[in-house]
Amino acid sequence: MELKRVVVTGLGALTPIGNNIEEYWDALVAGKSGGAPITYFDTEKFKTKFACELKNFDPLDFFDRKEVRRLDRFAQYAIVASDEAIKDSGINLDTVDKYRVGVIWGAGIGGLETFQNEVINFATGDGTPRFNPFFIPKMIADIAPGNISIRHGFMGANYTTVSACASAANAMIDALNNIRLGHSDIIVSGGSEAAVTMAGMGGFNAMHALSTQNDNPETASRPFDATRDGFVLGEGSGALILEEYEHAKARGAKIYAEVLGGGLSSDAYHMTAPHPEGNGVVAVMENCLRNAEMKPEDVDAINTHGTSTPLGDVAELKAISKVFGEHAKTININSTKSMTGHLLGAAGAIEAISAILSMKHGIVPPTINHEHKDENIDPELNLTLNKAQKRDVKVVMSNTFGFGGHNACVLFKKYDE
Amino acid sequence: MPPNQNLNKSIMSDIASRVKAIIVDKLGVDENEVVNEASFTNDLGADSLDTVELIMEFEKEFDIQIPDDQAENIATVGQAISYIEDAKK
Repeated sequence: MELKRVVVTGLGALTPIGNNIEEYWDALVAGKSGGAPITYFDTEKFKTKFACELKNFDPLDFFDRKEVRRLDRFAQYAIVASDEAIKDSGINLDTVDKYRVGVIWGAGIGGLETFQNEVINFATGDGTPRFNPFFIPKMIADIAPGNISIRHGFMGANYTTVSACASAANAMIDALNNIRLGHSDIIVSGGSEAAVTMAGMGGFNAMHALSTQNDNPETASRPFDATRDGFVLGEGSGALILEEYEHAKARGAKIYAEVLGGGLSSDAYHMTAPHPEGNGVVAVMENCLRNAEMKPEDVDAINTHGTSTPLGDVAELKAISKVFGEHAKTININSTKSMTGHLLGAAGAIEAISAILSMKHGIVPPTINHEHKDENIDPELNLTLNKAQKRDVKVVMSNTFGFGGHNACVLFKKYDE
Repeated sequence: MPPNQNLNKSIMSDIASRVKAIIVDKLGVDENEVVNEASFTNDLGADSLDTVELIMEFEKEFDIQIPDDQAENIATVGQAISYIEDAKK
Protein backbone atom coordinates (compact mmCIF):
# COMPACT_ATOMS: atom_id res chain seq x y z
CA MET A 1 0.00 0.00 0.00
CA GLU A 2 1.38 3.34 -1.02
CA LEU A 3 1.52 6.02 1.64
CA LYS A 4 -0.33 9.26 0.91
CA ARG A 5 1.53 12.57 0.90
CA VAL A 6 0.63 15.03 3.65
CA VAL A 7 0.80 18.82 3.49
CA VAL A 8 0.13 21.71 5.86
CA THR A 9 -2.73 23.93 4.70
CA GLY A 10 -3.55 26.09 7.71
CA LEU A 11 -1.86 27.63 10.74
CA GLY A 12 -3.01 29.22 13.98
CA ALA A 13 -1.11 30.54 16.99
CA LEU A 14 -1.79 32.06 20.38
CA THR A 15 1.57 32.72 22.02
CA PRO A 16 3.27 34.91 24.62
CA ILE A 17 4.73 37.05 21.82
CA GLY A 18 1.76 37.22 19.44
CA ASN A 19 -1.91 36.30 19.51
CA ASN A 20 -2.20 35.14 15.90
CA ILE A 21 0.08 33.84 13.15
CA GLU A 22 0.97 37.25 11.75
CA GLU A 23 1.81 38.78 15.14
CA TYR A 24 3.69 35.66 16.17
CA TRP A 25 5.88 35.58 13.06
CA ASP A 26 6.63 39.33 13.22
CA ALA A 27 7.67 38.95 16.86
CA LEU A 28 9.86 35.93 16.07
CA VAL A 29 11.72 37.77 13.33
CA ALA A 30 12.07 40.88 15.51
CA GLY A 31 13.51 38.80 18.36
CA LYS A 32 10.84 39.82 20.86
CA SER A 33 10.86 38.34 24.36
CA GLY A 34 7.65 37.14 26.01
CA GLY A 35 9.12 37.07 29.52
CA ALA A 36 7.53 39.29 32.20
CA PRO A 37 6.49 39.21 35.86
CA ILE A 38 3.59 36.82 36.52
CA THR A 39 0.22 38.60 36.72
CA TYR A 40 -2.05 35.59 37.36
CA PHE A 41 -1.30 35.14 41.08
CA ASP A 42 0.74 36.55 43.93
CA THR A 43 4.29 35.26 43.49
CA GLU A 44 5.70 36.65 46.74
CA LYS A 45 6.55 33.21 48.12
CA PHE A 46 7.58 31.68 44.80
CA LYS A 47 11.19 31.17 43.83
CA THR A 48 10.46 32.14 40.22
CA LYS A 49 8.24 35.20 39.83
CA PHE A 50 8.08 35.51 36.05
CA ALA A 51 6.92 33.56 33.02
CA CYS A 52 5.85 34.00 29.42
CA GLU A 53 2.13 34.64 29.86
CA LEU A 54 -0.20 35.50 27.00
CA LYS A 55 -0.64 39.26 26.60
CA ASN A 56 -4.00 41.02 26.11
CA PHE A 57 -5.90 37.75 25.81
CA ASP A 58 -9.50 38.08 26.95
CA PRO A 59 -11.45 34.82 26.57
CA LEU A 60 -14.66 36.85 26.31
CA ASP A 61 -13.46 38.07 22.92
CA PHE A 62 -13.88 34.46 21.73
CA PHE A 63 -16.42 32.78 24.01
CA ASP A 64 -19.56 33.66 25.91
CA ARG A 65 -19.48 33.73 29.70
CA LYS A 66 -20.90 30.23 30.08
CA GLU A 67 -18.34 28.72 27.69
CA VAL A 68 -15.51 30.43 29.55
CA ARG A 69 -16.64 28.81 32.80
CA ARG A 70 -16.79 25.37 31.17
CA LEU A 71 -13.35 25.52 29.56
CA ASP A 72 -10.00 25.43 31.29
CA ARG A 73 -7.58 27.93 29.75
CA PHE A 74 -5.67 25.17 27.94
CA ALA A 75 -8.88 24.25 26.11
CA GLN A 76 -9.74 27.90 25.40
CA TYR A 77 -6.30 28.37 23.85
CA ALA A 78 -6.75 25.20 21.77
CA ILE A 79 -10.04 26.41 20.35
CA VAL A 80 -8.76 29.91 19.56
CA ALA A 81 -5.66 28.66 17.70
CA SER A 82 -7.52 25.88 15.88
CA ASP A 83 -10.28 28.29 14.80
CA GLU A 84 -7.58 30.49 13.24
CA ALA A 85 -5.97 27.51 11.49
CA ILE A 86 -9.28 26.16 10.18
CA LYS A 87 -10.20 29.60 8.82
CA ASP A 88 -6.73 30.00 7.33
CA SER A 89 -7.02 26.63 5.57
CA GLY A 90 -10.16 27.73 3.73
CA ILE A 91 -11.86 24.36 4.41
CA ASN A 92 -15.53 24.63 3.52
CA LEU A 93 -17.19 23.38 6.70
CA ASP A 94 -20.51 22.95 4.91
CA THR A 95 -19.23 20.58 2.24
CA VAL A 96 -16.22 18.78 3.75
CA ASP A 97 -16.77 15.10 4.69
CA LYS A 98 -16.65 15.53 8.45
CA TYR A 99 -16.28 11.79 9.03
CA ARG A 100 -12.85 12.16 7.40
CA VAL A 101 -11.74 15.14 9.49
CA GLY A 102 -10.09 14.36 12.83
CA VAL A 103 -8.43 16.24 15.67
CA ILE A 104 -5.20 14.87 17.15
CA TRP A 105 -3.95 17.27 19.79
CA GLY A 106 -1.01 17.55 22.19
CA ALA A 107 -1.19 18.59 25.84
CA GLY A 108 1.52 17.80 28.36
CA ILE A 109 -0.63 18.39 31.42
CA GLY A 110 -4.11 19.67 30.57
CA GLY A 111 -6.34 21.63 32.94
CA LEU A 112 -3.85 22.19 35.73
CA GLU A 113 -5.53 25.34 37.02
CA THR A 114 -8.88 23.58 37.21
CA PHE A 115 -7.29 20.68 39.10
CA GLN A 116 -5.48 23.06 41.45
CA ASN A 117 -8.55 25.14 42.25
CA GLU A 118 -10.87 22.19 42.80
CA VAL A 119 -8.41 20.55 45.16
CA ILE A 120 -7.84 23.81 47.05
CA ASN A 121 -11.60 24.11 47.38
CA PHE A 122 -11.89 20.59 48.75
CA ALA A 123 -8.88 20.88 51.05
CA THR A 124 -10.13 24.10 52.62
CA GLY A 125 -13.66 22.74 53.16
CA ASP A 126 -15.03 20.42 55.88
CA GLY A 127 -14.08 17.22 54.05
CA THR A 128 -17.36 16.91 52.16
CA PRO A 129 -16.40 16.11 48.57
CA ARG A 130 -18.29 18.94 46.86
CA PHE A 131 -16.44 18.78 43.55
CA ASN A 132 -17.85 20.75 40.65
CA PRO A 133 -19.40 18.51 37.96
CA PHE A 134 -17.18 20.28 35.42
CA PHE A 135 -13.99 19.45 37.36
CA ILE A 136 -13.10 16.29 35.45
CA PRO A 137 -14.37 17.24 31.98
CA LYS A 138 -12.59 20.62 32.22
CA MET A 139 -9.33 19.15 33.43
CA ILE A 140 -8.70 16.02 31.34
CA ALA A 141 -6.06 16.53 28.65
CA ASP A 142 -8.24 15.08 25.88
CA ILE A 143 -11.02 17.63 26.32
CA ALA A 144 -9.26 20.12 24.02
CA PRO A 145 -9.70 18.02 20.85
CA GLY A 146 -13.09 16.93 22.19
CA ASN A 147 -14.24 20.54 22.27
CA ILE A 148 -12.74 21.34 18.87
CA SER A 149 -14.71 18.46 17.32
CA ILE A 150 -17.91 19.49 19.08
CA ARG A 151 -17.47 23.05 17.81
CA HIS A 152 -17.05 22.03 14.16
CA GLY A 153 -18.67 18.61 13.94
CA PHE A 154 -15.47 16.75 12.99
CA MET A 155 -16.22 13.05 13.42
CA GLY A 156 -12.88 11.44 12.52
CA ALA A 157 -10.11 10.31 14.90
CA ASN A 158 -10.05 12.37 18.07
CA TYR A 159 -7.59 12.18 20.97
CA THR A 160 -4.73 13.83 22.82
CA THR A 161 -1.16 12.63 22.88
CA VAL A 162 0.61 13.09 26.23
CA SER A 163 4.41 13.01 26.25
CA ALA A 164 5.21 16.14 28.28
CA CYS A 165 7.06 18.66 26.13
CA ALA A 166 7.01 16.37 23.08
CA SER A 167 3.18 16.08 23.13
CA ALA A 168 2.41 18.34 20.14
CA ALA A 169 5.10 16.70 18.01
CA ASN A 170 3.65 13.30 18.88
CA ALA A 171 0.25 14.61 17.85
CA MET A 172 1.55 15.84 14.49
CA ILE A 173 3.29 12.52 13.83
CA ASP A 174 0.11 10.60 14.63
CA ALA A 175 -1.81 12.99 12.38
CA LEU A 176 0.75 12.46 9.60
CA ASN A 177 0.51 8.68 9.87
CA ASN A 178 -3.27 8.70 10.10
CA ILE A 179 -3.52 10.61 6.81
CA ARG A 180 -0.66 8.66 5.20
CA LEU A 181 -2.56 5.44 5.81
CA GLY A 182 -5.69 6.87 4.22
CA HIS A 183 -7.82 7.01 7.37
CA SER A 184 -8.53 10.75 7.13
CA ASP A 185 -8.39 13.61 4.64
CA ILE A 186 -7.72 16.30 7.22
CA ILE A 187 -6.45 16.33 10.79
CA VAL A 188 -6.50 19.43 12.98
CA SER A 189 -3.30 19.02 14.98
CA GLY A 190 -1.15 21.06 17.35
CA GLY A 191 -1.05 21.53 21.08
CA SER A 192 -1.96 23.78 23.96
CA GLU A 193 -0.89 24.32 27.54
CA ALA A 194 -1.82 26.65 30.41
CA ALA A 195 0.47 25.73 33.29
CA VAL A 196 1.35 29.22 34.54
CA THR A 197 -0.47 28.53 37.79
CA MET A 198 0.60 28.21 41.41
CA ALA A 199 0.83 24.43 41.07
CA GLY A 200 2.75 24.65 37.79
CA MET A 201 5.27 27.20 38.96
CA GLY A 202 5.68 25.58 42.36
CA GLY A 203 6.02 22.13 40.86
CA PHE A 204 8.62 23.04 38.24
CA ASN A 205 10.47 25.15 40.80
CA ALA A 206 10.68 22.15 43.11
CA MET A 207 12.42 20.25 40.31
CA HIS A 208 14.91 23.12 39.87
CA ALA A 209 13.79 23.21 36.25
CA LEU A 210 12.96 26.92 36.02
CA SER A 211 15.20 29.95 35.64
CA THR A 212 15.20 32.07 38.79
CA GLN A 213 16.56 35.25 37.21
CA ASN A 214 13.76 37.36 38.64
CA ASP A 215 15.57 40.60 37.87
CA ASN A 216 15.75 39.80 34.15
CA PRO A 217 12.48 38.23 33.07
CA GLU A 218 12.97 39.34 29.46
CA THR A 219 16.43 37.84 29.07
CA ALA A 220 16.18 34.83 31.39
CA SER A 221 15.42 32.38 28.57
CA ARG A 222 18.88 32.21 27.01
CA PRO A 223 19.43 28.85 25.33
CA PHE A 224 23.11 27.97 24.67
CA ASP A 225 24.36 30.94 26.76
CA ALA A 226 26.91 29.96 29.42
CA THR A 227 24.80 31.62 32.15
CA ARG A 228 21.51 29.82 31.35
CA ASP A 229 19.89 28.48 34.50
CA GLY A 230 16.68 26.75 33.51
CA PHE A 231 13.64 27.21 31.30
CA VAL A 232 11.05 29.95 31.45
CA LEU A 233 7.50 28.64 31.58
CA GLY A 234 5.27 29.76 28.71
CA GLU A 235 1.65 29.13 27.75
CA GLY A 236 -0.54 29.20 24.69
CA SER A 237 -1.33 27.12 21.67
CA GLY A 238 -0.34 26.32 18.11
CA ALA A 239 -2.55 24.64 15.50
CA LEU A 240 -1.71 23.09 12.14
CA ILE A 241 -4.07 21.71 9.53
CA LEU A 242 -2.53 18.55 8.07
CA GLU A 243 -4.19 17.45 4.85
CA GLU A 244 -3.83 14.70 2.31
CA TYR A 245 -2.04 16.20 -0.70
CA GLU A 246 -4.57 15.28 -3.42
CA HIS A 247 -7.43 16.47 -1.21
CA ALA A 248 -5.69 19.82 -0.75
CA LYS A 249 -4.91 20.11 -4.47
CA ALA A 250 -8.47 19.26 -5.47
CA ARG A 251 -9.92 22.10 -3.45
CA GLY A 252 -7.21 24.54 -4.53
CA ALA A 253 -5.87 24.99 -1.00
CA LYS A 254 -2.81 27.10 -0.28
CA ILE A 255 -0.02 24.76 0.79
CA TYR A 256 2.58 25.89 3.31
CA ALA A 257 4.80 22.84 3.41
CA GLU A 258 4.94 19.08 3.07
CA VAL A 259 5.26 16.96 6.20
CA LEU A 260 7.98 14.53 5.17
CA GLY A 261 8.24 12.35 8.23
CA GLY A 262 8.48 11.93 11.95
CA GLY A 263 10.77 10.14 14.35
CA LEU A 264 10.22 8.86 17.87
CA SER A 265 12.54 7.48 20.52
CA SER A 266 13.07 7.23 24.26
CA ASP A 267 16.10 8.05 26.40
CA ALA A 268 15.38 5.11 28.75
CA TYR A 269 17.65 6.89 31.19
CA HIS A 270 16.11 9.19 33.84
CA MET A 271 12.70 10.69 34.72
CA THR A 272 13.81 14.26 34.06
CA ALA A 273 17.53 14.47 33.24
CA PRO A 274 18.58 14.20 29.60
CA HIS A 275 21.05 11.49 28.64
CA PRO A 276 24.46 13.25 28.81
CA GLU A 277 25.52 11.94 25.39
CA GLY A 278 22.06 12.51 23.95
CA ASN A 279 21.69 8.89 22.80
CA GLY A 280 17.90 9.06 22.55
CA VAL A 281 18.15 12.40 20.78
CA VAL A 282 20.58 10.97 18.21
CA ALA A 283 18.17 8.09 17.67
CA VAL A 284 15.12 10.33 17.22
CA MET A 285 16.77 12.50 14.55
CA GLU A 286 18.06 9.42 12.73
CA ASN A 287 14.62 7.80 12.91
CA CYS A 288 13.07 10.97 11.55
CA LEU A 289 15.48 11.24 8.61
CA ARG A 290 14.90 7.57 7.77
CA ASN A 291 11.13 7.95 8.00
CA ALA A 292 11.28 10.99 5.72
CA GLU A 293 13.72 9.26 3.34
CA MET A 294 16.08 12.22 3.61
CA LYS A 295 19.84 12.43 4.13
CA PRO A 296 21.45 14.56 6.85
CA GLU A 297 22.87 16.81 4.10
CA ASP A 298 19.34 17.71 2.98
CA VAL A 299 18.55 19.57 6.22
CA ASP A 300 19.00 23.37 6.15
CA ALA A 301 17.64 24.35 9.55
CA ILE A 302 16.83 22.81 12.93
CA ASN A 303 14.40 24.32 15.41
CA THR A 304 15.89 22.82 18.55
CA HIS A 305 14.19 21.81 21.74
CA GLY A 306 16.75 24.24 23.29
CA THR A 307 15.00 25.01 26.57
CA SER A 308 17.82 27.00 28.24
CA THR A 309 18.63 24.29 30.77
CA PRO A 310 22.32 23.66 31.55
CA LEU A 311 22.33 19.95 30.61
CA GLY A 312 19.70 19.69 27.89
CA ASP A 313 21.07 22.33 25.52
CA VAL A 314 24.55 20.83 25.37
CA ALA A 315 23.29 17.26 25.00
CA GLU A 316 21.08 18.27 22.08
CA LEU A 317 23.88 20.10 20.22
CA LYS A 318 26.23 17.16 20.75
CA ALA A 319 23.59 14.90 19.28
CA ILE A 320 23.14 17.20 16.28
CA SER A 321 26.90 17.12 15.63
CA LYS A 322 26.84 13.35 15.85
CA VAL A 323 23.91 12.91 13.43
CA PHE A 324 24.90 15.59 10.92
CA GLY A 325 28.71 15.46 11.14
CA GLU A 326 30.48 18.26 9.23
CA HIS A 327 27.16 19.32 7.68
CA ALA A 328 26.00 20.43 11.15
CA LYS A 329 28.15 23.55 10.77
CA THR A 330 26.14 24.70 7.77
CA ILE A 331 22.74 24.25 9.43
CA ASN A 332 20.83 27.21 10.87
CA ILE A 333 20.15 26.04 14.40
CA ASN A 334 17.83 28.12 16.57
CA SER A 335 15.72 28.05 19.71
CA THR A 336 12.47 29.99 19.56
CA LYS A 337 12.03 29.26 23.28
CA SER A 338 14.46 32.15 23.83
CA MET A 339 11.46 34.33 22.91
CA THR A 340 8.32 32.35 23.73
CA GLY A 341 9.49 30.50 26.80
CA HIS A 342 8.65 26.83 27.07
CA LEU A 343 5.07 26.01 26.16
CA LEU A 344 5.42 22.37 27.28
CA GLY A 345 2.82 20.32 25.40
CA ALA A 346 2.27 23.16 22.91
CA ALA A 347 5.98 23.74 22.23
CA GLY A 348 6.20 21.30 19.33
CA ALA A 349 3.28 23.04 17.60
CA ILE A 350 4.42 26.66 17.81
CA GLU A 351 7.97 25.60 16.93
CA ALA A 352 6.83 23.62 13.90
CA ILE A 353 4.92 26.72 12.83
CA SER A 354 8.08 28.82 13.17
CA ALA A 355 10.00 26.21 11.16
CA ILE A 356 7.36 26.16 8.41
CA LEU A 357 7.22 29.95 8.22
CA SER A 358 11.05 30.03 7.95
CA MET A 359 10.67 28.20 4.66
CA LYS A 360 7.84 30.43 3.48
CA HIS A 361 9.69 33.68 4.25
CA GLY A 362 13.30 32.59 3.79
CA ILE A 363 14.20 33.81 7.28
CA VAL A 364 15.34 31.85 10.34
CA PRO A 365 14.25 33.54 13.60
CA PRO A 366 17.01 34.14 16.12
CA THR A 367 18.04 32.58 19.41
CA ILE A 368 17.89 35.78 21.48
CA ASN A 369 19.49 36.74 24.79
CA HIS A 370 22.87 35.31 23.94
CA GLU A 371 25.85 37.04 25.57
CA HIS A 372 28.25 34.47 27.00
CA LYS A 373 29.83 31.68 25.01
CA ASP A 374 29.56 28.23 26.56
CA GLU A 375 32.85 26.41 26.11
CA ASN A 376 31.02 23.08 26.01
CA ILE A 377 29.39 24.13 22.76
CA ASP A 378 31.14 23.79 19.41
CA PRO A 379 31.81 27.43 18.32
CA GLU A 380 31.51 26.42 14.67
CA LEU A 381 27.78 25.69 15.00
CA ASN A 382 25.52 28.48 13.68
CA LEU A 383 23.07 29.01 16.52
CA THR A 384 21.40 31.98 14.77
CA LEU A 385 22.34 34.14 17.72
CA ASN A 386 20.46 37.35 18.55
CA LYS A 387 19.48 38.32 14.99
CA ALA A 388 17.30 36.60 12.41
CA GLN A 389 19.20 35.28 9.39
CA LYS A 390 18.12 35.15 5.77
CA ARG A 391 18.25 31.62 4.46
CA ASP A 392 16.48 29.78 1.70
CA VAL A 393 15.30 26.94 3.91
CA LYS A 394 14.09 23.95 1.90
CA VAL A 395 14.06 21.27 4.60
CA VAL A 396 13.65 21.99 8.29
CA MET A 397 13.65 19.75 11.35
CA SER A 398 11.81 20.44 14.60
CA ASN A 399 12.96 18.71 17.79
CA THR A 400 11.04 18.20 21.02
CA PHE A 401 11.94 16.19 24.10
CA GLY A 402 9.77 15.55 27.13
CA PHE A 403 10.28 14.66 30.79
CA GLY A 404 10.10 10.91 30.90
CA GLY A 405 12.67 10.71 28.14
CA HIS A 406 10.21 11.04 25.24
CA ASN A 407 11.77 12.35 22.03
CA ALA A 408 9.84 13.37 18.93
CA CYS A 409 11.14 14.97 15.77
CA VAL A 410 9.32 16.18 12.66
CA LEU A 411 10.71 17.03 9.23
CA PHE A 412 9.06 19.54 6.88
CA LYS A 413 9.88 20.39 3.28
CA LYS A 414 9.18 23.58 1.41
CA TYR A 415 6.31 23.13 -1.00
CA ASP A 416 7.02 23.83 -4.64
CA GLU A 417 4.19 23.79 -7.16
CA MET B 1 -50.80 42.19 58.65
CA PRO B 2 -48.87 40.83 61.65
CA PRO B 3 -45.19 41.72 61.52
CA ASN B 4 -43.98 38.09 61.29
CA GLN B 5 -45.86 37.57 58.01
CA ASN B 6 -44.17 40.59 56.53
CA LEU B 7 -40.81 39.19 57.53
CA ASN B 8 -41.74 35.82 56.04
CA LYS B 9 -42.67 37.44 52.73
CA SER B 10 -39.39 39.28 52.46
CA ILE B 11 -37.42 36.09 53.17
CA MET B 12 -39.37 34.34 50.40
CA SER B 13 -38.65 37.02 47.80
CA ASP B 14 -35.04 36.99 48.94
CA ILE B 15 -34.83 33.25 48.17
CA ALA B 16 -36.30 33.81 44.71
CA SER B 17 -33.85 36.56 43.85
CA ARG B 18 -30.86 34.55 45.11
CA VAL B 19 -31.97 31.49 43.12
CA LYS B 20 -32.33 33.62 40.01
CA ALA B 21 -28.94 35.25 40.51
CA ILE B 22 -27.29 31.80 40.67
CA ILE B 23 -29.04 30.72 37.48
CA VAL B 24 -28.00 33.89 35.65
CA ASP B 25 -24.41 33.39 36.76
CA LYS B 26 -24.07 29.66 36.09
CA LEU B 27 -26.03 29.41 32.86
CA GLY B 28 -24.88 32.74 31.44
CA VAL B 29 -28.47 33.71 30.58
CA ASP B 30 -30.25 37.04 30.66
CA GLU B 31 -32.11 37.89 33.85
CA ASN B 32 -35.35 38.43 31.89
CA GLU B 33 -35.32 34.82 30.73
CA VAL B 34 -35.23 33.47 34.27
CA VAL B 35 -38.99 33.30 34.86
CA ASN B 36 -40.71 30.78 37.13
CA GLU B 37 -41.97 28.62 34.24
CA ALA B 38 -38.56 28.45 32.53
CA SER B 39 -37.14 24.92 32.28
CA PHE B 40 -33.39 24.67 32.88
CA THR B 41 -32.83 22.30 29.98
CA ASN B 42 -35.55 23.30 27.49
CA ASP B 43 -35.50 27.08 27.92
CA LEU B 44 -32.24 28.06 29.55
CA GLY B 45 -29.80 25.83 27.63
CA ALA B 46 -28.59 23.76 30.57
CA ASP B 47 -27.13 20.30 29.99
CA SER B 48 -26.88 17.47 32.50
CA LEU B 49 -23.68 18.84 34.04
CA ASP B 50 -25.11 22.36 34.37
CA THR B 51 -28.12 20.96 36.18
CA VAL B 52 -25.94 19.13 38.69
CA GLU B 53 -23.90 22.29 39.22
CA LEU B 54 -27.05 24.35 39.82
CA ILE B 55 -28.30 21.95 42.47
CA MET B 56 -24.89 22.06 44.19
CA GLU B 57 -24.90 25.85 44.14
CA PHE B 58 -28.39 25.92 45.69
CA GLU B 59 -27.19 23.55 48.42
CA LYS B 60 -24.21 25.76 49.14
CA GLU B 61 -26.04 29.08 48.99
CA PHE B 62 -28.91 27.97 51.23
CA ASP B 63 -27.03 25.46 53.38
CA ILE B 64 -29.38 22.60 52.57
CA GLN B 65 -29.07 19.04 51.23
CA ILE B 66 -31.04 18.12 48.12
CA PRO B 67 -31.08 14.30 47.71
CA ASP B 68 -30.59 13.06 44.13
CA ASP B 69 -34.09 11.60 43.83
CA GLN B 70 -35.58 14.98 44.75
CA ALA B 71 -33.14 16.92 42.59
CA GLU B 72 -34.55 15.05 39.59
CA ASN B 73 -37.90 16.78 40.18
CA ILE B 74 -36.39 20.28 40.09
CA ALA B 75 -36.61 21.13 36.42
CA THR B 76 -37.81 24.72 36.39
CA VAL B 77 -36.93 27.98 38.12
CA GLY B 78 -40.22 27.94 40.02
CA GLN B 79 -39.71 24.35 41.20
CA ALA B 80 -36.27 25.28 42.54
CA ILE B 81 -37.63 28.30 44.41
CA SER B 82 -40.51 26.42 46.00
CA TYR B 83 -38.31 23.45 46.96
CA ILE B 84 -35.87 25.77 48.72
CA GLU B 85 -38.66 27.79 50.36
CA ASP B 86 -40.08 24.55 51.78
CA ALA B 87 -36.66 23.40 52.91
CA LYS B 88 -36.02 26.69 54.71
CA LYS B 89 -39.40 26.83 56.52
